[in-house]
Amino acid sequence: MSATLVAAGGSTPTLRRPSYAKYVGGRVLGALGSLAFVLVVNFFLFRVLPGDPARTLGRGRFRTEEQLEAFRATYGLDQPLPQQFLTFLKNTLTGDLGVSLRYRVPVSELILDRLWPTLLLVGTSTLLATIIGIYLGMVSAWNRGKTVDRVWTGSTLTLYSMPEWWLGLLLIATLAVGFGPVPGMFPTGGLHSVDADPGTFGYVLDTAWHLALPVTTLTLAYLADYALIMRSSLLDEIGEDYLVTARAKGLRDLQVRRRHAVPNALLPTTTLVAINLGFVVSGAITIETIFSIPGLGLLATEALSIPDYWVLQGVFLVASAAVILANLLANLLYGLLDPRVRT
Amino acid sequence: MGALLEVRDLTVSYRTNEGPVPALRGVDLTVEAGEVLGVAGESGCGKSTLASTVLRLQPKDATVGGEVLVNGSDVLTLGWGDLRALRWAEASIVFQGALHSLNPVRRIRDQIAEPILVHDPGTSDDEVERRVGELLEQVGLPRARSRAYPHQLSGGQRQRVMIAMALACRPKLVVADEPTTALDVMVQAQILDLLGGLVRDLDLGMVLISHDLSVLSEVCDRVVVMYAGRVVELGAAAEVFDDPLHPYAQALTGAFPRIGDPRARYAPAGLAGDPPDLRTLPDGCSFAPRCPKAVDACRTAEPPLVTPPGAAPGRRAACIRAGEPA
Ligand SMILES: Nc1ncnc2c1ncn2[C@@H]1O[C@H](COP(=O)(O)OP(=O)(O)OP(=O)(O)O)[C@@H](O)[C@H]1O
Ligand SMILES: [Mg+2]
Repeated sequence: MSATLVAAGGSTPTLRRPSYAKYVGGRVLGALGSLAFVLVVNFFLFRVLPGDPARTLGRGRFRTEEQLEAFRATYGLDQPLPQQFLTFLKNTLTGDLGVSLRYRVPVSELILDRLWPTLLLVGTSTLLATIIGIYLGMVSAWNRGKTVDRVWTGSTLTLYSMPEWWLGLLLIATLAVGFGPVPGMFPTGGLHSVDADPGTFGYVLDTAWHLALPVTTLTLAYLADYALIMRSSLLDEIGEDYLVTARAKGLRDLQVRRRHAVPNALLPTTTLVAINLGFVVSGAITIETIFSIPGLGLLATEALSIPDYWVLQGVFLVASAAVILANLLANLLYGLLDPRVRT
Repeated sequence: MGALLEVRDLTVSYRTNEGPVPALRGVDLTVEAGEVLGVAGESGCGKSTLASTVLRLQPKDATVGGEVLVNGSDVLTLGWGDLRALRWAEASIVFQGALHSLNPVRRIRDQIAEPILVHDPGTSDDEVERRVGELLEQVGLPRARSRAYPHQLSGGQRQRVMIAMALACRPKLVVADEPTTALDVMVQAQILDLLGGLVRDLDLGMVLISHDLSVLSEVCDRVVVMYAGRVVELGAAAEVFDDPLHPYAQALTGAFPRIGDPRARYAPAGLAGDPPDLRTLPDGCSFAPRCPKAVDACRTAEPPLVTPPGAAPGRRAACIRAGEPA
């Protein structure tokens, strides 16, 4: 024992210390860079469009040159481009995203107002899809090739190949409108009944009742993804040698799964969930439009038809920021859960 | 008192899509307390299969026959509860390939502590901490290294961690499956030193598996040489190494593979032909197709493992020509 002790001590390479702080720093810097890039793109995207932005935006709204000039002056479009960019930067950073052409209220207020329905819808769906999807994926993987696996994997693949809007319309056509002798049980759209009284328990129930179908649609749409990735990453883990080691130590099969296989298989799934959170806005566009839910997605669709320039710009900014933040979250989570990526 | 490990007529066959693969075909061996038994043989001869059956860890697609007695209990027929209690506490395994046998995302400390807590759930945190530190020092690693993750260690250090882990529950028997393969020569020698020291200090029984007979001859008391799932030669380590009786063992030693030469693993020098395909073994001696001394009689019946005429007692070889003068 003594001889080897010395020998091993001498040949010990220095340990590379995992520095999570450094890792976080790098990721945050990267995210800030992406955000800056988005700001630049956001500015130029609309201004480099061919033609006169004021004319395009106004689209026949102005009868005289004076009106057009006044419009330009209000929105600073008469300034040289660099000047406009500086103003844009200053305004954006101070939370001033302009005023909606349609609603005549600040875009930031409008967005904040419309954020909650979207978060409620997408948040609930993501939560449900994650829990159910991971569970289904686990059950499938443990019973690989058996009937349970065939049924679940078959159904999730079917769901996976179905477009959201189709699923949504299907649910509306059956459960909201009713079919044959079965009456419709859910509202076809909206977030509240007209007579609902905010602040009461009935109001909460009413909201839940309105959200049931859209949440189901999104849950089904997301769930397939999570179930499939959980199944495949668990199957990857099941073949790993360290699970044999765990069994050799005298652990029960259940403990081997809980302590070793599942946590490791959750790594890729967690990342996917976090990344998908970023598509909160884009994911909501279709469903909110179909179910007329007054969230960011519907706001974007409406703004497009006007076009409500600053609203579009604001929503675009929020959507991109969401993607970047979600990616950052995914990276930070992964770094926290998997020591290998830190070093 | 019975042997620490007694393997009797062990057969293991893997079911595959291309038909059954007979990985072990009637293996007998014993290990006494404090004894190191070497198991040698080229890649695919069934060494790891043998190791995994000691704790009944063979994969689901394996069919197992015979008996594996650890301290007198047959692990192949033991109830699940008793089997779990026996695993790691009475016998443990240093698995082949330390990198993959450790959980990549858990600290060394937790992985060494895990079996202690499984077998003795009442152990206090302080006690576990002390024991882990002790084990690490025993294998020549600084205590501070307990906070590391497997990927932060060198190959030799990981192997030490595997050994520390195997000692966690103070087993009487340790099966070490190629503990030095994939390490460079210096580190191989250190690990072998370490294992030899542990056997002496802790009075361990050990099964030391290697494809390299010269590695075994230094540390082992006795060795068995395996070919295509059978024991073809058995005897005191020095005798087998200096004067092998079976032509396959002669090829292994004659080749004198340099320690650590990775090529030696797949084709011992001085041995013509390919390793056998277990699915289509010939009638008679399975080594005959590659054997320089094979005669017609070798191709009719599988030779039994017996003491050849003139050989020392305790030596056995499965070759009908083993007793003949050279
Ligand atoms: N799970 C399995 N399914 C089918 N065949 C297997 C399985 N595991 C091992 N085998 C086959 O059984 C035989 C013995 O394998 P084993 O791993 O015991 O050999 P080994 O002597 O340890 O080889 P190595 O020196 O390469 O580690 C080989 O032919 C191998 O291909
Ligand atoms: Mg092996």
